[in-house]
Formats: sequence, C-alpha cells, structure tokens
Amino acid sequence: MLFRVEKRMTTPPSLMVLVPVAAACAAMVFCALFLLLTDRSPVAVYGAMFEGALGSEYGFSETIVKAIPLVLCGLGISVAFRMQVWNIGAEGQFYMGAFAATWVALNFPSLPAVVMLPFMMAMGVLAGALWGVLAAWLRNRFSVSELISTLMMNYIAILWVSYLVYGPWRDPKGLNFPLTAPFPEAAILPSVGDSRVHAGLLLALVVALLLQFVFRKSRWGYEIRVIGSSPSAARYAGLDIQGNALLVMCVSGALCGLAGMVEVSGIVGKLQAGISPGYGYTAIIVAWLARLHPIAIVLVSFLFAIIQVGGFMVQTLGVPAAVATMIQGAILFFVIGADIVTQYRIYRVSGDGSEVND
Amino acid sequence: MKKWFKVSLAALAAAALLITGCGGEKKKAEKPAETGKTKVAFVYVGPVGDGGWSYAHDQGRKYLMEKMPDVETTIVESVPEGADSERVITQLASQGNKIIFTTSFGYMDPTINVAKKFPNVVFMHCSGFKTAPNVGNYFGRMYEARYLSGIVAGKQTQSNVIGYVAAHPIPEVIRGINAFTMGVRSVNPNAKVKVLWTNTWYDPAKEKQAAITLLDGGADVIAQHQDTTGPQQAAQERGKFSIGYNTDMAPMAPKAVLTSAVFNWGPYYVKVVDSVKKGTFKPESYWGSMKDEVIGLAPFGPMVADDTKKLVEEAKKKIIDGQLFVFSGPIKDQSGQVRIQAGQKMSDAEMLKFDWFVEGVDGTIAK
Repeated sequence: MLFRVEKRMTTPPSLMVLVPVAAACAAMVFCALFLLLTDRSPVAVYGAMFEGALGSEYGFSETIVKAIPLVLCGLGISVAFRMQVWNIGAEGQFYMGAFAATWVALNFPSLPAVVMLPFMMAMGVLAGALWGVLAAWLRNRFSVSELISTLMMNYIAILWVSYLVYGPWRDPKGLNFPLTAPFPEAAILPSVGDSRVHAGLLLALVVALLLQFVFRKSRWGYEIRVIGSSPSAARYAGLDIQGNALLVMCVSGALCGLAGMVEVSGIVGKLQAGISPGYGYTAIIVAWLARLHPIAIVLVSFLFAIIQVGGFMVQTLGVPAAVATMIQGAILFFVIGADIVTQYRIYRVSGDGSEVND
Repeated sequence: MKKWFKVSLAALAAAALLITGCGGEKKKAEKPAETGKTKVAFVYVGPVGDGGWSYAHDQGRKYLMEKMPDVETTIVESVPEGADSERVITQLASQGNKIIFTTSFGYMDPTINVAKKFPNVVFMHCSGFKTAPNVGNYFGRMYEARYLSGIVAGKQTQSNVIGYVAAHPIPEVIRGINAFTMGVRSVNPNAKVKVLWTNTWYDPAKEKQAAITLLDGGADVIAQHQDTTGPQQAAQERGKFSIGYNTDMAPMAPKAVLTSAVFNWGPYYVKVVDSVKKGTFKPESYWGSMKDEVIGLAPFGPMVADDTKKLVEEAKKKIIDGQLFVFSGPIKDQSGQVRIQAGQKMSDAEMLKFDWFVEGVDGTIAK
C-alpha cells in the first residue's frame, strides 16, 4: 500500500472548517491522556475551562473583552501579511497606540467625551501607523527586513511606555508608583451594562467587515495580493511595490494602534506597564490560523479568548499554570499541524500506480 | 476527501462523547466544595516555582493550611497585571472564596474594583496603598532585613564594589537599595553599591546576565530585587558571593549565598484569616516588621565569619527593640547633600515614596 501527497489546487470549504475543529478535538483527547496520567480528571479540567469562559454571562462577556484586542491586531497583521510584508510589530504598535491615546487623556482632561474619544482614537491610530510606516520606509530605503525591524521596534515601544509610567507620567498622587493618573470620565469608552465589553467590539467588527470588502472587492485588495504572491509579476504589471509597502504597514500599524487605544480607554483606564500580555504576538497566530480572512480572524480570536480565559480557571482545580499553557499549546500545535490536510491531498495508490477510489 | 470527512467526523464524535459523557461526573466532582470550610484564594504574578516572591507567598499559604485545617485554598499563578487580573479575581470571588490575597502591586486597582462588587468578601492586596471597607493592604518592612544583609555584604567584600541587580525604579526597590547601602557602609565606609536596572520582575536569563555584567565590572558580592534566582546563580558560577531575597536562596546557589533577606507571610496569613472568621477584620494598611516576624534573615552560609554574624545579631536585636532605626539622620544623598538631618527619622510616608539614592550608591534613577 502506497500513499502519495499532492498539493491541492483548491480546498473544499467543508474541510476548511472541519479539519481545524477535528484537530482541536484531537488535541483535547491528547491532553486528556496526559491529564489522566497525572491523576487529574480531564472532564473536570475541560469543564472548568469552558465553564469559566462560556458558562456564565460574566465569563462570556470577559471572553469577548479578551477577544477585542486580538481581533484588531489580527486584522492589522492580515493587511500586511496579505502582501507578504511580515509585520511582527503588532505588539509595539499596540503600545504606541496606547501611549498616544494616554497623551491625549492626560493633557486635555477637560475635553468632552464626543471630542476626547475621537481625538484619542485619531492619535492612537496615527502613532501605530507611524510606528509601522517607519519599518516600511527602512525596508524600501535600505532593504532592512521588516521581520527584524518590527520585532526590534516592539522592545523600543514597550520600554518607552515603561519609561513614561516609571518616570515623567507617574501619577503625582500615586506615591511614586508606576501608574499614570486615572483617565477622566470622558476618556473612558462606553461599555455594555455592568460588563467590561466596550465600544471597541463595535469598532473591531466594523473594521473586519470593511477589510472583508477591501480584500474581496477592491482593486487595492487585489493588488496587494498580487504583489504578495509574485513581486516580479506585480512589477511587470506596473504595480507600485514600495508605495504599497508603505501603505499596508500604515494600515496595519494603525489598526494595532487602535487596539492599544481601546484597551487603555475601554479596560485599563490609565497607562501602566504590561498592558498587553502579548496580544500582538498571539494575534500573529490568530491571523495565520484564520488564513488572513477578516471574518475568520474574528472567530479564531474568540476561540483563542476562550482558551486563554478558560486556562486561568483550570488553575482553580489545582492544575499548575504550566499545564494550562500546555493545553493551549497542544491545541495550537494540532490545528497548525492539521494544515497539511487542507493544503495537501493524501491518497492511497495501488501497486500499478493508479489512484484508489474510496 | 470522503475519507477525511469520515475521519474528522469520527474524531468529533469521540471528543463529543468524551465531553458530554463525563458531564454527569462533573457535578459530582464539584460537590465536595460545598463543605463548611473557609475558602481562601491567592493570586500570584509569577509561577509558584519562581523560588522568590510568589514562592514566598505560597509558603505562607502552606503554613496557613497547616495551622488551620478548616481552610481550603485555591491558587491562580502567572496572572498578568493588565486586563486579566480583574477577571481572575472576580471569578475567584464568585466561586465562593471568602478571603482573596492578591499579591502583586499591579493588582491594586483591579482588587479595589472587584471588591465593590463583592462586599461580603475580604480582599487583601500586597504592596500597594489603597484600602476600602472590605480591602486591606499589607507589606513587610524589608528595609530592616536589607540593612542587616548589607552588613554581611560590607564585611565580605574584598573589592569594595557590591553589585545590586535592581528590578524597577519604584520606591520599594529604591528603599531596599538605600537600606542595603547603609548597612554596607555602617561596617565598610569605603564600599560602593553599584546598581544595574533590569526593568523586569521575572526574567531569569536577563537578571542573571545583569549580575554577570556587575561581576565583570569588579563586584564580588551580588544583591538583587527580582523574583528569580538568576543573579544568585551568576555569583556561584563566577565563584563570588551573593545575598538572596524573598526566600532563603541558599539551595539554589549554596556556595555563593551569604544570607537572604526573606518574607515570612505564614503567621500573618493565619492572623488575617482568623480575624475574618471571628468577624474582627478591619481594613488596614499593615506594614509588618522584623519584630512581627514578617521579615527576617535566612541562616548564614558557612563562609560568613563569626564576627560578622555577631555584628548582625547585635544590629538585629537593636532593630527589634527599637534602638536602631535604619533611616535616621544624618543621611546624605548621592551629591553629598544632607537630606535627613541628624536626630530626624524618616516617616512612613517619606519612606513609601522614596525617589532618591543615599550616598554610596553608584547608579541613577530614571526621572
């Protein structure tokens, strides 16, 4: 019995959905074995995980809260990745967005909300965009790989925010502790009822729909895909590669900056170190798993949020954080690994080389 | 394709069976939680295995369980200080925990926010400054132990350069460096304490690297303020000495550790839980001292000379009975200007917002 592997020309839509779901289930079965071997009930662990993330109104709302920055960063990343511009800098652009929004909130505390929030948003978007464009400019001008420059610029952005909150932006009433003063009421994004689900959700969904349209219907969406899949063909067709590199990094950074703005304004209500537990990095995986499709990014972000929110609740059963992280890692590993099934066709061949149909 | 469809379906069905089939069992598993035990939860910023800060709190939790068998504890570790902490604290409160200890500075506002929604739960926040009707805060006067460990370092150093791997430029860390330096210079006025910031609380590799940089720069004793044992290991590898922090770090680097400035949370946790059970809990800002045994010095390593031990024991006795106060004047800052006049003592308020280094510290604070 022989097997042959062949790249698929097209992937049936049913597979696109079924395979990741099956892979996630397989990962959970795999972890269940591990849990059993270490004398833990997989049922209790998975029960706590889903109970924590989806079992109550509160848990559900918090899962949405966790998904918002992932969606926005994931969408931002997808714009650049579509053109095969590897923006690893979502984390830094997130921090720059948070920084610029905070600058507005701290320096113009008396603005009314209708001016304050758009102003914060504009500055957050601008800061993220500039941080992104800088990497694109380096790429165009000096052929600096954006993979390296965006990654390095993350550290600069994170340390810049650290510097501000440990230094000049410390709350004078905060006993020299590393927090800025709390934002004025007008600088806080409205949220739904008692929950922490804020208006950032709406923004995230609007951006997702907008990008869906841009990628599928607009000329620009088509152009960046052509440049991404074949730069030489694009050049031959007279497409402006350098200009588009600037543009995708601008949009990409802007969306990640927006994510930073909604997080400080909607959730934290001030600037502090560590506002992102790696959203910008997780979002890379999100965008990749979603195959850069905006609507899929929304769904995958939500799944990631479930895993992460649930992961902490697993700990209340006495499971160490490392095991919770391992479950998250296993799911990822299986889902990404299962890609081979959607990308390639594996079939059995009989002795004479003809395909066996089953 | 059909085949893959079947395989996927089978996997799905298996997983569904696994999850639903055991749904019945789940309720049974949850039942025992409804006992008469007092539920107490702890939120940690690092893993309990960090060998430092979170480990010290967890040792306190274990002490609590030992002393009060009718207490049931839950821990959640490695909780980031951003959006996640508020959710974790809320979920712990809604799981029926009666007392929740949140043990990192960044949990302060989240703790206060959650406390408003759960007036019947007591919250205790470590290392902050806010209180509410059901929120107290607590910390230790670590500067007392820092001073004593400084005496040990000052006696041990040959090069008169002592390295200090510092976490973040906040008052707590600055206070520790100052107290340590004053301890060093009380026995060795020529020694200097060289400070290197890592801007981390938990990054073993980076903190170890910082210690190596200090050792290569001439330091022969290393002190630290992070939650890991990286700097201690660096000292051991270079054949030099070190002062541990948070918990007795000698097991991690037995050849290097002279002593450690340690927290001892256990008795305090028992006291708090006891007061909540008796209904006598009052929200306060508690700053436990060496006298209260919240702060202490770990046993000396074999390399520490007997006369050093004697000096430390004398100073310790004086601190405990109130004869010696670490931050009493005259205290000069780095520029040589007298900041605390002779005969004056720094108040708690002044110490809580320390933002300058004393004379003898070689380093800067980002402003």
